Amino acid sequence: MALVLHDMNGLLMDLLAITLLEIFYGIASLALISLGLAIIFGMLRVINFAHGEFLMIGGFSFIMLTSAGVNMWIAMLIGAPLIVGLLGIVVERVVIRNLYGRIVETILATWGLSLFLMGAASLLFGYFQRGVSPPFGTLKIGNYQEGVYSIFVIVLAAAVYLSTYLVLRYTKLGLIARATMQNPEMASSLGVAREKVYAVTFFCGAALTGLAGAVLAPIAGVVPTSGLAYIARSFITVITGGATVIAGTGIASVLFGTVSQLTAILTRPVWGEAALLLTAVILLRFLPAGITGRYFRNGL
Amino acid sequence: MDRRSFVQGSLAAAGVLAIGGAATKARAAGPIKIGAVIDTSGPLEVFGQNKLRGLQIGVDELNEAGGLLGRQIQLVHRDTQSNNQLFAQYARELTAGERVDVVFGATTSSSREIVRPVVNRAKVPYFYNTNYEGGVCQRTTYCTSTTPAQMVEPLLPALIEKHGKKIYFLGADYNYGQISAYATKAIAKAHGAEVIGAEFFPLDASSFGATINRIQSAKPDIVHTVFVGPAHGSFWGQWASAGMVGKIPVSSQTFGLAGEQLRMPPEVSEGIYVCLNYFEEVSTPENERFLTRFKAKFGSSYGYISEASMAEYQALKLWAEAAKKSNGTDADAIERAAKAGLSVLAPSGNVLLDAKTNHCILDMSLARMSGGKFIIEKKFAGVRPSNYGDQCDLIKNPNTNKQFEPKL
Repeated sequence: MALVLHDMNGLLMDLLAITLLEIFYGIASLALISLGLAIIFGMLRVINFAHGEFLMIGGFSFIMLTSAGVNMWIAMLIGAPLIVGLLGIVVERVVIRNLYGRIVETILATWGLSLFLMGAASLLFGYFQRGVSPPFGTLKIGNYQEGVYSIFVIVLAAAVYLSTYLVLRYTKLGLIARATMQNPEMASSLGVAREKVYAVTFFCGAALTGLAGAVLAPIAGVVPTSGLAYIARSFITVITGGATVIAGTGIASVLFGTVSQLTAILTRPVWGEAALLLTAVILLRFLPAGITGRYFRNGL
Repeated sequence: MDRRSFVQGSLAAAGVLAIGGAATKARAAGPIKIGAVIDTSGPLEVFGQNKLRGLQIGVDELNEAGGLLGRQIQLVHRDTQSNNQLFAQYARELTAGERVDVVFGATTSSSREIVRPVVNRAKVPYFYNTNYEGGVCQRTTYCTSTTPAQMVEPLLPALIEKHGKKIYFLGADYNYGQISAYATKAIAKAHGAEVIGAEFFPLDASSFGATINRIQSAKPDIVHTVFVGPAHGSFWGQWASAGMVGKIPVSSQTFGLAGEQLRMPPEVSEGIYVCLNYFEEVSTPENERFLTRFKAKFGSSYGYISEASMAEYQALKLWAEAAKKSNGTDADAIERAAKAGLSVLAPSGNVLLDAKTNHCILDMSLARMSGGKFIIEKKFAGVRPSNYGDQCDLIKNPNTNKQFEPKL
């Protein structure tokens, strides 16, 4: 009897561990795909509708570089962020620069950009792209098995958030960025080159988006329309999080990741998505300025 | 009706008939036109490009052999760009503007249901050549590719015998997935097996972690899948990354139709079972001839010729055979030949039109992925299409026009 009980406990523990891992993975992937958007929105007040396509291009850059023989980790952690970051600079120069402070116009312009990038990717890469399988082996938890890559995604997301926080909080670059965002006129009269700060911020947001696209590519695969699958979730996360980049997006990711994964595990995947949307609707009804519009206002 | 208007009416009718006759004559002199509404761009190009190539090969063959009924054949293709809004427009253009003799194409069921009424109303025969949920029942519509029963009926008993009686079903959350789940349950039951779990996913679902965990706790002997679209494709990577390849055998109704195996690392696709009408690896003299011709025309970077592309070629052969038999290409002539019994020897084997349902009785091959390639393990001759509750009978009720469904 004791043995059976122990077995039951063991089984429950396994189930609990694997469920927690699933939930953490859900949070991490949501946090990763939203951070770049949050930086561009939170700091520049620009709504980038081409965010999904930035993710898609990050994924394609990773796959193209890997198949060209570049080391997988270099392609993922350096190559893809650099390519999408540079694309971000071009976009900022050509499209965004003329539209700061005009939210509706930026939405229209970046939406057009989104359609353009999707079409361009269809022409350049097509839908015949080879996949890359996730590296690392598997982790065995009792009767369950989970890819070690999921744990890598969780750790990477935590590292990215931590380093973004450290940069914004403790470096001179972060100080200048925060100052410019808080009061652009004052910062510029104190000798800060506003345009340069905007460009660098846009580069950073785009590069983080490229990184997220590359990290998720081995798991979700990439096609020219991949961005559509991410855009809604990342927007909901950022808007619900509010204007505070790290705290807001982080909290919203934790909340939505937990709700949607838990619902998906307990019921069916369809309900997971529905639960995410429902939570967002309820939250925005009571906190129209997002979570950090009321709490953690002075966070980062 | 008085006498005067009767005379006027008759005269007018005679005039129309005369003009109609002249038009038919004028058309008869030109080539026979084959209309194709096929997506050669956008997400569905993975099916469309080779579908169109299949038709081109068929047209070349006919023309080299002196054409059909003494006339050359001309293929008129419209690229529907994976966009449902274009199907109605192009179907109308082909039937009313180009006045084609027959229409081929459409990949998704939703696009077929846009094309079908337009082509049916124009009294032009329509050939739909993609595997689908089954049940379309209309006298001038011919569905020549496989239905769920044809995939599942040979596949499941073979797997049950080899691996065990507990089946877990994963499918797309719309009628193709739901109806396939129904077929899976029915066939499992008939063979003393059981479906112990069934999950359905919206087409944009790309995260399968929770499902894989549930499968790990349920410990089925077989996982049978009906995934549709690029988002669902991420299942395979996640399944492999969880170390499940080789642990529980997986079968699929859709894998390989868009040449997925060429783009997937071999360690991910290892062991997937698929039962389809056609694989490039099928060894028949007809297939050898077809492949030689295909490669000569399109080179070697065409991807993979799957059942989805082969079905277009086979449908063209079927249509040409019907036209020859009744010496005409109009809808009545094709229907007459179809009712009289129609079959062709195609690369996949014998393709026989079932006059009752306008679907095809096909030879099926069961293949298993190994080292990134399909290895054919077993062949099944003359597998019948789905006909839910025997509801479709075009011989008895030729005026039926609907899509039957099983009672779920």
